[in-house]
Amino acid sequence: MKKHLFAKLSLGLGAAAVAGLALASAANAATELTVYTAVEAEDLKKYAKAFNDVHPDIEIKWVRDSTGIVTAKLLAEKNNPVADVVWGLAATSLMLLKEEGMTEAYAPQGVEKLDKKFVDSANPPHWTGMDAWIASVCYNTVEAGKKNLPLPTSWQDLTKPVYKGSVVMPNPNSSGTGFLDVSSWLQLFGEEGGWQFMDGLHQNIAWYTHSGSKPCKQAASGETPIGISFAFRGAKSKNDGAPLTIVVPSEGVGWDMEATSIIKGTKNLEAAKKLVDFTITKGANMMYNSGYAVVAYPGVAKPVKNFPEGITEAMIDNNFEWAASNRKRILAEWQSRYDSKSEAK
Amino acid sequence: MTETSAPLSTAQPPLVKEKLSRDDWIMRSCMVVIGLFLCVFILLPLYTMLSKSVENKDEAFIGLANYIEYFSTPALFWSAGNSLTIAILSTVIVLFVAFIYGYALTRTCMPFKWFFKVVALIPLLTPSLLGGISLVYWFGNQGVAKGLLFGETIYGPIGITIGSSYWVFPHALMIVITALSITDARLYEAAIALRTSQVRTFFTVTLPGCKYGLISAGFVVFTLVFTDFGVPKVIGGNYNMLATDVYKQVIGQQNFQMGAVVSVVLLVPAIIAFSVDRIVQKKQVALLSARAVPYEPKPHRVRDMSMLVFCLIVAAMILCMLGMAQYASLVKFWPYNLTLGFSNYDFDVMDGGGWDAFWNSLYMALYTAVIGTAVIFFGAYLMEKGRGFGTGRSIFHMLAMLPLAVPGLVLGLSYIFFFNNPANPFNFLYGTLGILVIVSITHFYTVSHLTAVTALKQMDPEFESVSASLKAPFYKTFARVTVPVCTPAILDVSMYLFLNAMTTVSAVIFLYSSDTTLASVAVMNMDDAGDIAPAAAMAMMIAYTCAAARILHAGLTRGLLKHSQAWRNR
Repeated sequence: MKKHLFAKLSLGLGAAAVAGLALASAANAATELTVYTAVEAEDLKKYAKAFNDVHPDIEIKWVRDSTGIVTAKLLAEKNNPVADVVWGLAATSLMLLKEEGMTEAYAPQGVEKLDKKFVDSANPPHWTGMDAWIASVCYNTVEAGKKNLPLPTSWQDLTKPVYKGSVVMPNPNSSGTGFLDVSSWLQLFGEEGGWQFMDGLHQNIAWYTHSGSKPCKQAASGETPIGISFAFRGAKSKNDGAPLTIVVPSEGVGWDMEATSIIKGTKNLEAAKKLVDFTITKGANMMYNSGYAVVAYPGVAKPVKNFPEGITEAMIDNNFEWAASNRKRILAEWQSRYDSKSEAK
Repeated sequence: MTETSAPLSTAQPPLVKEKLSRDDWIMRSCMVVIGLFLCVFILLPLYTMLSKSVENKDEAFIGLANYIEYFSTPALFWSAGNSLTIAILSTVIVLFVAFIYGYALTRTCMPFKWFFKVVALIPLLTPSLLGGISLVYWFGNQGVAKGLLFGETIYGPIGITIGSSYWVFPHALMIVITALSITDARLYEAAIALRTSQVRTFFTVTLPGCKYGLISAGFVVFTLVFTDFGVPKVIGGNYNMLATDVYKQVIGQQNFQMGAVVSVVLLVPAIIAFSVDRIVQKKQVALLSARAVPYEPKPHRVRDMSMLVFCLIVAAMILCMLGMAQYASLVKFWPYNLTLGFSNYDFDVMDGGGWDAFWNSLYMALYTAVIGTAVIFFGAYLMEKGRGFGTGRSIFHMLAMLPLAVPGLVLGLSYIFFFNNPANPFNFLYGTLGILVIVSITHFYTVSHLTAVTALKQMDPEFESVSASLKAPFYKTFARVTVPVCTPAILDVSMYLFLNAMTTVSAVIFLYSSDTTLASVAVMNMDDAGDIAPAAAMAMMIAYTCAAARILHAGLTRGLLKHSQAWRNR
């Protein structure tokens, strides 16, 4: 008997170890939806709670990262998708996924009530919009005052030599905000003019950041006098007491929608549909409105405190289809021109 | 295995050959199991990574095309030069400082040695990112001491060099101290008798004596800085380095093939440094003879006082790094509202994973410490005390040495390739806490293994022969004699694993999932999102946890030495 004891013991220990390691992977009961998102982290819990008030049986498992990264991740997983739903990713990214045949066509209940601009033109639509996020420039009055930097009023102002080393912007390869900036400049100034503008801007850039909110946060804390970011982030930092002026450049500002889509091939199609139905309700849109001045559901939007005035009028007539289908080319061009500042020195 | 071994032992083969006992079989099969573990979790992933680097996106073999693309992309190629520059610069600085600091601790009568010893080890308790974060607060555009840089920016080579030097300092210091402690006082007596000047004695006796230690420390520092990714990520600005390139390629663009290529480029110098260090280590052996007399420093006022000043400056710098991170994490809104509060510790409303990340880290580090110590110590025991089976044992030793040569970032990336493949039977581990525990164990395997082996070598092999002749099975000897005697070493190993699992970023950055974010990863992600004060707060939470573990460890070791280890003092 005794001689088997050790063998049994080691077997048991081994099994226990394996079971222990596997424990973390197998702990779920209700339907679990894997939802990819680029929504700010502080909003995710609120969104999930609002959804679970209606559907307590569906659990949301968030995977959050910057727009560019979530997009790259989805594309990389094309043959073996992990996500069930994408809730809150740039519409240009979802259009790209649609082109790749990765999205499921579905008309959520009540989709006809949304502003047409916020719904995919295909029938049934592949994606539905939530809200618009709009580029802006965060200008730190205290630090700019110290350095005698005038308040820029246009994008072209930012290329003036006086701002050398004083501007921070997000890297469009990883940040959705960065991409909407670049694509709007190319639309505003034309292909050639756009790159020319960015060549000039590049001379003034202190560094490129990974996320779209970091330039404004760094402007808020004075780490840089000027950060190219988005209006919502600027308003938030201003509400926190940062000495910011949020500038809406006179040429017009780029914008993108946060949008929702079901990933083709999901094993939880029913639950995914319930979630997407929820994302376009009036209640959900009111929730988006706490941070975004422009939402998909007409008549819901209330003004957001410290949101720059006149910004909705300044939104350019954005050609999303063009931006989506040229995304890869634009990003490659951008990278080869600007990605290594150290090299240029 | 036991089933098949039973008939063998009763068969009584006629040959006069040492018969393998049941114990031998069990020990060998256990060793094979741990050896297989190392194969599966180190060798195979590395192999997968190598093969990825010669494939295109559709997994077709394309030879060296990726490498050609890499070396013809100037931006990527530049990074290699940048990494090399920073690594060499940091190595020179750290070796210089660590040598003087270590000299002061071992060869002088400087007061407050215990204080300087404790302070020097502080960077071990913090993730490498903390240095970068503190530097932003000291020398960033809103930094309190910005003027000291004379208009230069901290975001770039200066910041990376200072930040890297800070966190690798204790690694170099520990090696230097060991090297300086091993000396023969008779050499110095001879030097005095021959009236050799002090300077000459230093260059003819002291330096040659610790030559190998210095070389070894140099390689360790070089490899750590060359492959580290935390510091350049935080403070690098637009100064690209190889390690950040891997991250950009893999995370930013999901270009795994190019990530694999950069990893291989990263692996080459690490392996060269490792091999040279191994050769040098072998030469060290004969330095200390049995008749050597330990060196006792004599007071020397000028020397002791100047050393004190030097150590004070270094210690102050280390404390400034830690202190600034602590202060900045309590400030409400730097630099405009300097009132203090705990709002930055409210991790749940920020990017990065919240307080869950902290608890995940704690569990992960505990599992790593417990499971890792058990596996590594048992493995070392089987290798050291097993009989025969020489080939198997030396293969095992080589496997155990391998992880030291593999940078964490490279190991982590190769884990994605290996475990994210649906055809892999271990695929279920992907995205769990389990894979984080395993990568931490394998990444820090070598040092733990060597510590265990050293402790086991000090034990007389007669314990095994006696218990074998008494027909006591080896596991009884192991549990009743070996483990109790080696408890201090076991505690050391588990402490080493715990601290490293708590603070590592590079090994886990590619492997965490949304359920298993870790505190060190949260520090990085919060910094990425611009929430630098909360990042500092989380880094401080890691530091406090590690400090608490250290204190607990010191208390346990002390208590043990008093009670069960009384036999050590005669």
